[in-house]
Amino acid sequence: MIAFILNNQDISTNLPTGQTVLDFVRYRQNLKGTKIGCREGDCGACTILVGELVGDEVKYRTMTSCLMPLANAAGKHIVTVEGINPEDGSLTPVQQAMVDENGTQCGFCTVGFVMSLTGFCIDDTAKTPEMAVSSIDGNICRCTGYKSIERAAKSVCRQLAVGGKQFVPKRFDKIGARLEALRVGPGQTRTANRRPVVGGGTDVYVQRPDELVDTDATHVFYDDALRGIRDTGDFIEIGASATVTDLLESPIMQSAFPDLYKHLKLVSSTPIRNMATLAGNFVNASPIGDMTVWFLALDTEIELSEPSASAGGQLRTLKLRDFYLGYKQLAKEPDEIITAVRFRKPGSEFYFNFEKVCKRTYLDIATVNTAISLHVETTPGEGWMPPVLSEPGAVAKGKLSKLDHFITNAHVSAGGVAPVPLYLKETSSFLIGRRINGETIEKANKIIQAEISPISDVRGTEVYKRLLLRQLFRAHFVEMFATELTEIAES
Amino acid sequence: MKNIDSHSHVRGESVFLDDIPIVQGTLFACVFDSPVAHGKLKSIDTSEAEKSDGVFRVITAEDIVGENQIGGIIPDEPLLADGEVHFAGMPIAIVLAESEELARKAAKKITVEIEELDPVLDPRVAVANGDLIVPPKKFILGDAQTAFNNCEHVFEGRTETNGQEHLYIETQGAYAVPMENGAIKVYSSTQGPTAVQRAVCRVTGLPMHQVEVDVQRLGGGFGGKEDQANAWAAICAVGTQLTKRPVKYALHRMEDMRMTGKRHPYSSDYKIGFDKDLKIVAYEATFYQNAGASCDLSPPVLERTLFHCTNSYFVPNVTATAYCCRTNLPPNTAFRGFGGPQGMFVIESAIAHAAEKLGVPAAEIQRKNLIDDGDEFPYGQIAESDAITSWTQADSKYDFAALQKEADDFNASSKYFKKGVAMMPVCFGISFTKTPMNQARSLVHVYTDGSVAVSTAAVEMGQGVNTKIAQVTAKVFGLPIEKVRVNTTNTSRIANTSPTAASAAADLNGKATEMACQAIIDRLIEVAMPLIEAGTAEDVTFEEGFVHLRGERTSLDWQTLVMDAHLQRVNLSEHAHYATPGINFDWGTAKGHPFAYHVYGTAIVGVAVDCLRGRYEVDYVKCCHDFGSSMNTAVDYGQIEGGIVQGIGWMTMEEVFYDKTGKLRSNALSTYKVPDIYSAPKEIAIQPLETTRENLAVFNSKAVGEPPLMYGIGAYFAIRNAMKAFTACSPGFDAPFTPEKVLMHLYQPEEASR
Repeated sequence: MIAFILNNQDISTNLPTGQTVLDFVRYRQNLKGTKIGCREGDCGACTILVGELVGDEVKYRTMTSCLMPLANAAGKHIVTVEGINPEDGSLTPVQQAMVDENGTQCGFCTVGFVMSLTGFCIDDTAKTPEMAVSSIDGNICRCTGYKSIERAAKSVCRQLAVGGKQFVPKRFDKIGARLEALRVGPGQTRTANRRPVVGGGTDVYVQRPDELVDTDATHVFYDDALRGIRDTGDFIEIGASATVTDLLESPIMQSAFPDLYKHLKLVSSTPIRNMATLAGNFVNASPIGDMTVWFLALDTEIELSEPSASAGGQLRTLKLRDFYLGYKQLAKEPDEIITAVRFRKPGSEFYFNFEKVCKRTYLDIATVNTAISLHVETTPGEGWMPPVLSEPGAVAKGKLSKLDHFITNAHVSAGGVAPVPLYLKETSSFLIGRRINGETIEKANKIIQAEISPISDVRGTEVYKRLLLRQLFRAHFVEMFATELTEIAES
Repeated sequence: MKNIDSHSHVRGESVFLDDIPIVQGTLFACVFDSPVAHGKLKSIDTSEAEKSDGVFRVITAEDIVGENQIGGIIPDEPLLADGEVHFAGMPIAIVLAESEELARKAAKKITVEIEELDPVLDPRVAVANGDLIVPPKKFILGDAQTAFNNCEHVFEGRTETNGQEHLYIETQGAYAVPMENGAIKVYSSTQGPTAVQRAVCRVTGLPMHQVEVDVQRLGGGFGGKEDQANAWAAICAVGTQLTKRPVKYALHRMEDMRMTGKRHPYSSDYKIGFDKDLKIVAYEATFYQNAGASCDLSPPVLERTLFHCTNSYFVPNVTATAYCCRTNLPPNTAFRGFGGPQGMFVIESAIAHAAEKLGVPAAEIQRKNLIDDGDEFPYGQIAESDAITSWTQADSKYDFAALQKEADDFNASSKYFKKGVAMMPVCFGISFTKTPMNQARSLVHVYTDGSVAVSTAAVEMGQGVNTKIAQVTAKVFGLPIEKVRVNTTNTSRIANTSPTAASAAADLNGKATEMACQAIIDRLIEVAMPLIEAGTAEDVTFEEGFVHLRGERTSLDWQTLVMDAHLQRVNLSEHAHYATPGINFDWGTAKGHPFAYHVYGTAIVGVAVDCLRGRYEVDYVKCCHDFGSSMNTAVDYGQIEGGIVQGIGWMTMEEVFYDKTGKLRSNALSTYKVPDIYSAPKEIAIQPLETTRENLAVFNSKAVGEPPLMYGIGAYFAIRNAMKAFTACSPGFDAPFTPEKVLMHLYQPEEASR
């Protein structure tokens, strides 16, 4: 039995937990405002709001209902456009802005934009024009060319600054208490040995929706034991069900990764980031998984346990890079699930960069992605012998620069260039002990090229992927040591 | 004036095909389609599917009561494969089940035995094999052969443009409901209700009056639902005919992408000759159109390529030849621009090629050759040209030289980011090039409470045609727009319709509506005259819901007058017919006056290319566009912005990708990318062309649907210019300019892997 609030209505249903919220609202509840565009989270026409009780506040996030299992609605406030439409037939400020700025043409994608912008109005993000546009980065419109919608988003932003507007119905104030009444125990609980295991659903519902909709799977998205991001002193530890948005909003992650927003903006879209879990990305084992590539470069360790481990089962840990045995082949027993992810907290003189190129810069799957983390120091530590290096020609002159630095630790990863998300082992160990200069970068590229084995497919040819990774590897250094290294990336 | 649908759109209350309430007993269809691109269909085994849960019936070609044929122009397109399969995705069987999921599950249980044949995917191969859908078409002006001999400079080359997936966010679909006496009502997401009606009649054997097609609105069309909505409606109708039950089919995105055709890919050759002053003296082009497996709308698309092969330029000697090539792809079809963009890309490439070789800016060549009043198009029509005006006004408003300098200055100080600028003039002819299609009818009813309902052949798909129709009605009647309702597009109310296409729906149906309203007004004036003691009919006007006498409001309001008229037994309804005057075309000589008018415009496109990574952004598109006198600037600006972004998509990231076996690999939104909000230009500036020229558009408000798409072509050349600022490269003319192609031209890829 799944119980939740749909708009203003209490729902309890015995339908299979794997049925999508989209089909439920459209075909079981006749709420036709939520549209079907692609059923794979790529168009945003089915965007809804999902309210979760956090403490005594309800936190709303946008999600694509096509990829969301009913199980993940349990105990939540599910809001479709019918749930925000003013009853007197008038319009909310978001709807009015879309009308005023001519942000709707055929109307099919419109509700998705309305829901995304409404989510922006009531969530915790900074109310800047940039973030307003970011909130609709998962919505595709084929008619308008977006400029009118952008104007609507900016108008909404101005109205937020003025204040006093009712973006959602007044009754939302009472939802918290109603969700409190629905709360049964600590979030989702894992059911032993029921497969498949579904987190946010953003990958499995793209790959095998027909199979999942009739299934009662093990749902771990709202499993409290698998959530949260913690600083344990030496390590940063992340719950397996943490979403990309959780990472983005985490002060711990923000302080460790100053470019966090810039990098994660390259990863899918707002509603998908709200749903996609870290472990889901790892287990999906896509050779181009963005988060997998990111965490491979942090020398990440994962913790695995049996589903019943919350009751004290076996735990084991292994390096993320040892998790991938071959295409979609994992070093994992069928009954094991990832429970936590941890990596060593970055020290001083830590550099990190993430690069990704696809056909479309945002909201796309990478052709090639790559991440790198470096620790550098100016003078080698005691007892440490630098390798003999010929002096490169392109060292910057003048005061001490990063070019004089030695790399003391390095981890490099790349996606889209092998059957698995690839930890570049040889490249990483080559970099240790080298100076940061053009020669190191070009020599490392030769090692990279030997380590990778890309294939031609819809995302690009083999020769392009090789070239692209070389360029992105150069881009890492341009990004990390921008001023010093203008000379390194000559063609 | 906002789009009249915007209120219901933002509240999610507008009704699309999949939102129509389901009638009890409805069956849901799912198509089993060919897994291979070409082969002999030896056998179909539907036995497992028939036994599958909830399945009511499985239909194959032999079950079709009428003719197994939906080809509109040429009967070369079976609804269901019979004996052969011609493309991967070709429908073979229809499963009807109690739910969509059960139909889908059952369809997966169908198996076929196919003897595979080699697929032809390349249009040039099709020509070599002699496999043309229609004989080659040719436009000739002057004598290009001779003219080339006298040219100072001659350049030859080859261009490629890929297809484009329509990606209307609402997929194709239809819902057929049985009516009494064997009649069928079909709800369809189509731009061409009559085309659907004809296809349904053909496969069911029913006469046209037994089939009613109704269209509320489309969630986007872009040409993709002009002809290709027919199959799904026919499938549902066949199901209804055979089962006597309502049948619905709303396609899944991947079904839609693999089973429907797209914009035609073209491979083309050009030869361009200049005199010493850089005037284009001669132009020769050969177009190889990849039509796909059946005719569909390919011949008229091909014709429009010829009509627009010289874009906005005057060339005295032109020979343009076009081949309609049959291949084993899904039948390619109409897409905004309808072959025009493909033709324009070739001459723009030829000019860019020449500019590069001659070391002059392409803009200089473009400017020198713009078509002027009195110049002749290759098809014989004499230009009434605003090409030069639009160029000059764009230049004076936005200052091309300053934008170029801004880019040059930026490039001088930036290592990896380079900016490029390009000018893109556009000249696009308005009218169906098949003259008989330029007709429309409108049915206007004034009810006794004063409210008004209009029906036309126009289909609302976001382009705002219903808003314009309502505006025309409200304007002629002098009523607030709330008094006017635009009804669904329905073949029982308006018969024998032309599709909503060719940017012409507002013109044709707006004119017919104006005529219908005027006829009613004329009758109402007769009724009003004695009531307000008017001397002549000219003294009576209608404004703000009241009858006016010599410009002064009288006490006689619209509703009272209408009721009076009704009591006097005066007809408050009118069905008017409009046919565009003065147009003709003779395909024997390939000469005539096919277009009511042309739309002109010029855009300046600026881009920034990240030459380290091969990515790019469009900084701006600034255009001077010829609206005539826009009836609705909100709607028209929206059409321009949307068209530009769609054109940029076609030129940049949108890559239709078939593998060597003819299977679509870019078969989902995860592998086929259309512009997202960050891909849109940072700035789109629109300057209305100032002109007093009269035209044949409704209230002088020119057609706006298609022409702006072609401004997007400028993005290709701007990217190319930016790349040349980074390194000495000469990328070919092979659209789209994906990040892959950009990077591969900027570096020596082979070196990277060593």
